[in-house]
Amino acid sequence: MLTRNNLLAGTAALVALALFGPAGAQTPIKIGELNSYKVFPAFLEPYKKGIELAVEEVNAAGGVLGRKIEVISRDDNGNPGDAVRVAEELLSREQVSFLIGTFPSNVGLAVADFAKQRKVLFIAAEPLTDKIVWDSGNAYTFRLRTSTYMQTAMLIPDAVKLKKKRWAIVYPNYEYGQSATAAFKKLLKEKQPDVEFVAEQAPPLGKIDAGAVAQALADAKPDAIFSSLFGADLAKFVREGQTRGLFKGVEVFNLLAGEPEYLDPLKEEAPEGWYVTGYPWSEIKTPEHTKFLTAYQAKFKDYPRLGSVVGYSTVMSAVEAIKKAGSLDQDKLIAAASGLKLMTPFGMVEYRPIDHQSTMGAYVGRIAVKDGKGYMKGWRFVDGKDALPSDAEVLKMRPKN
Amino acid sequence: MTFSSIIIQLLNGLAAASSLFLVSAGLSLIFGVTRIVNFAHGSLYMLGLYGAYSLIEALGRTPIGFWSAVILAALAVGLVGIVIEVLILRRIYRAPELFQLLATFAVVLVIKDIALFTWGAEDLVGPRAPGLSMAVEILGKCIPAYDLLLIAIGPVVLGAVWLLLTRTRWGALVRAATQDREMVGALGVDQAKLFTSVFFVGSVLAGLGGALQIPREPANLELDLAIIADAFVITVVGGLGSITGAFLAAVIIGVAKAFCIGIGTVTWFGFEISFSKLTLVVEFLIMAIVLVARPYGLLGKPQAVQRIAADPVPPLTAPSWKVALVWVVLLLGVPLVADRYITIMLTDIVCFALFAVSLHFIMGPAGMVSFGHAAYFGLGAYAGGLLFKRAGLPMEAALLLAPLCAGAFAVVYGWFCVRLSGVYLAMLTLAFAQISWSIVFQWDSFTGGSNGVFGIWPSAWLADKTTYYYLALACCGTGIALLWRVLFSPFGAALRAGRDSPLRAEAIGIDLRGFQWAAFVLVGALAGLAGSVYAFSKGSISPSTISIGQSTDGLIMVLLGGVETLTGPVVGAAVYTWVRDAVARHTEFWRAVMGCIILLIVLLFPQGLVGGLKALFLRWKEQRA
Repeated sequence: MLTRNNLLAGTAALVALALFGPAGAQTPIKIGELNSYKVFPAFLEPYKKGIELAVEEVNAAGGVLGRKIEVISRDDNGNPGDAVRVAEELLSREQVSFLIGTFPSNVGLAVADFAKQRKVLFIAAEPLTDKIVWDSGNAYTFRLRTSTYMQTAMLIPDAVKLKKKRWAIVYPNYEYGQSATAAFKKLLKEKQPDVEFVAEQAPPLGKIDAGAVAQALADAKPDAIFSSLFGADLAKFVREGQTRGLFKGVEVFNLLAGEPEYLDPLKEEAPEGWYVTGYPWSEIKTPEHTKFLTAYQAKFKDYPRLGSVVGYSTVMSAVEAIKKAGSLDQDKLIAAASGLKLMTPFGMVEYRPIDHQSTMGAYVGRIAVKDGKGYMKGWRFVDGKDALPSDAEVLKMRPKN
Repeated sequence: MTFSSIIIQLLNGLAAASSLFLVSAGLSLIFGVTRIVNFAHGSLYMLGLYGAYSLIEALGRTPIGFWSAVILAALAVGLVGIVIEVLILRRIYRAPELFQLLATFAVVLVIKDIALFTWGAEDLVGPRAPGLSMAVEILGKCIPAYDLLLIAIGPVVLGAVWLLLTRTRWGALVRAATQDREMVGALGVDQAKLFTSVFFVGSVLAGLGGALQIPREPANLELDLAIIADAFVITVVGGLGSITGAFLAAVIIGVAKAFCIGIGTVTWFGFEISFSKLTLVVEFLIMAIVLVARPYGLLGKPQAVQRIAADPVPPLTAPSWKVALVWVVLLLGVPLVADRYITIMLTDIVCFALFAVSLHFIMGPAGMVSFGHAAYFGLGAYAGGLLFKRAGLPMEAALLLAPLCAGAFAVVYGWFCVRLSGVYLAMLTLAFAQISWSIVFQWDSFTGGSNGVFGIWPSAWLADKTTYYYLALACCGTGIALLWRVLFSPFGAALRAGRDSPLRAEAIGIDLRGFQWAAFVLVGALAGLAGSVYAFSKGSISPSTISIGQSTDGLIMVLLGGVETLTGPVVGAAVYTWVRDAVARHTEFWRAVMGCIILLIVLLFPQGLVGGLKALFLRWKEQRA
């Protein structure tokens, strides 16, 4: 029977548990993660698996600072306004130590600015925009992913070698495509001053009229094409271009097209001979990657995509930053993250003190088809630190404070 | 462009027009008969692609396999249409106008998550059409053979639908119902069956439009919203209920897009103009021009006066001061007891509440539905941000000047909009919103382009979240009170008179257009205030504040709360924002859950939350008496 005394005793026990329980079994360190899960599911589902794997490994090894870690994920709806709100929620209600994540450029930049305002560490996982570390960079924001500029720069040596004069350009009409195009034009012009850009097409993201675009590019009679399309736009462009003979005798460079997320859906139609950046997961034999690959396949019975590597490495970066800081104090975390070195499936990376960009590299190669599937042939790994502009240029772009 | 490329781009445009036409024709049929703004039409199109993909995989990549898959997919989508109609829409035909939009919006959310669950997140690239995978050479240039087939399919379907509408009894009924559905009912036609059959045919057309795209477009989860706006534009540009008009509009828009791409970048008088970037907005530009020149679309006729299916709109009751006071006190007290996040959440809710109330003002009492209300919210947000960041004004001044800027835009947009009525008016507001959006999206040097504007934080004395909440409450609360007060002024009465009977209102000497224009400016300015308060609470703004998504959110809030009540929009804004936040946090498939919650509300409270609760309360009081 429930008597008042019973009730009191029970309550007292509960209170005691609440007060002393956690102290006995250390509470986990909470890391807040936000991303546009429902807007870019093709990239972010593998990304989330990468996060889960990292959390499991870290906790199996005893966690960090003697405490386990916990990643609390939120969907930001691909909308900067919502992102700032869930970031607030993570900080004030979930009491997370700091923030990681984000995918589209505008969300990444909004959260970066928010992190500066709230004075918390933010490790941007995926946004490719150069502005997040340069023009709009701030002391609190670090970025893992190989940026638009870096990936473009990685393709430049091959482009210069071909000595093609007439280039046509196609890009999705928003920050990523615009800055990829701007970087490509600038870098190629430096190395090859007589280059000519004969056509430029900027279809809206996800809504390319591929037939008309392919035709317009063909009309300009280019020797080579630089594209930064991805996802459904890329698939449509590839098919129309192949049917219409656009790619005959024309060299094509396409950022990101070697990433399994975007290459695999093309199946046997993967465009052979294209120069791309990507992730040839089945052929990378470095010990750090093999370890990651084995663990990933054992856990998920699926192969990793680039998103998986990004998710995994983001959490690992967060953990290493905590370990190096030795505390959860923001100033110490920021100081630790600046110049932080850690091992990722793509090898050692360093978050550069000068601009907080990590030196994560990328794989550059050409697409080929085997057994009805596209893959990257003759690839090489380019270290991120070799694809960045000079320190003087960076300092000029990045605001001082 | 050479002659041959002009011809090829023309063919490209026609091929693109084909699928657009099929989808729009279905939409036009459904809207004509049922008057439902069917948001889920794009989802049916998307299901057509996914269905065709799976069926081709099952039936084999042979000509027979391919074509039977296309037909079967279209029919299967037709069945989905029937299910939606019978299970959901049939129950709410008598709800206030536009309420069905809410239900179809919920269906969009549910179908999206079902597709994600069933087919996964990765894009599915379908096979080429067997036997038609090659290109045909025309004037020395290649065009896919399949595109030529598509160009032929458009007119064939147009002919078939035309025959169906003019040569069969069913067609006669559909045409009759389009003109006067109550009369058709009075003459003994089973309306339920007619509506279901129309929904079936419309959905089959959407599914066919999707299935035929499978060799040209990978099945992916963004297709539904990508096509729905275009389909509405075509339906309206062509003239509601006119299938031939829809065909014409599809061709015009398809070809215009192809030519924008074909022309590419040109230099005029030293200015570089990228026509390729114009594809972002060209359909909305065309719609704005057509609607300004021809208020009923290209081939549309003035709409016959529709007898309202729902009961006449009840008179508004003024909110009681006492109740309002209690709420104000409660809201003021929240930060004292609640945690920090609730305060932040409430700041969002307060902004959206003013946004929703301003939309309600124009679509409810003033009788002018706006599908593009985010224009003023977003422009207000940008005005605030840019005045602060670029003009260097103090934050307080920027915040208070922003509504004037949004109002200035409303002066221009409103002047055009009040000349139209009904869905045409709604679509013109959408056109202006999209044009504003695309300019903001493209003007990198001034508005920050797709990235938006950052670093627009409130002044130090307002930086604390609780203080800012009080500021938001003061600004938006005043805005809401002002709008409500205006509704009971002679000005508000004149607006309501204009909604209920424009003819009589004009006859007693009310300058209706002038009043409606003034109403536009008023709500534009106040939506702008909501936007600027919102912007400073976030520290950044992006073009998504002007997007269709934001406009839709506004509509959902108003309809959810109840368009016929005064406090409905506020409740709708609060419930929608709060539920979305809570659901997204707890489940992975939050869109489907959200959709189901909205559907439940729709079915339980066809007058919206506040309307429904009020009715319940009245009934309870009657029973007691």
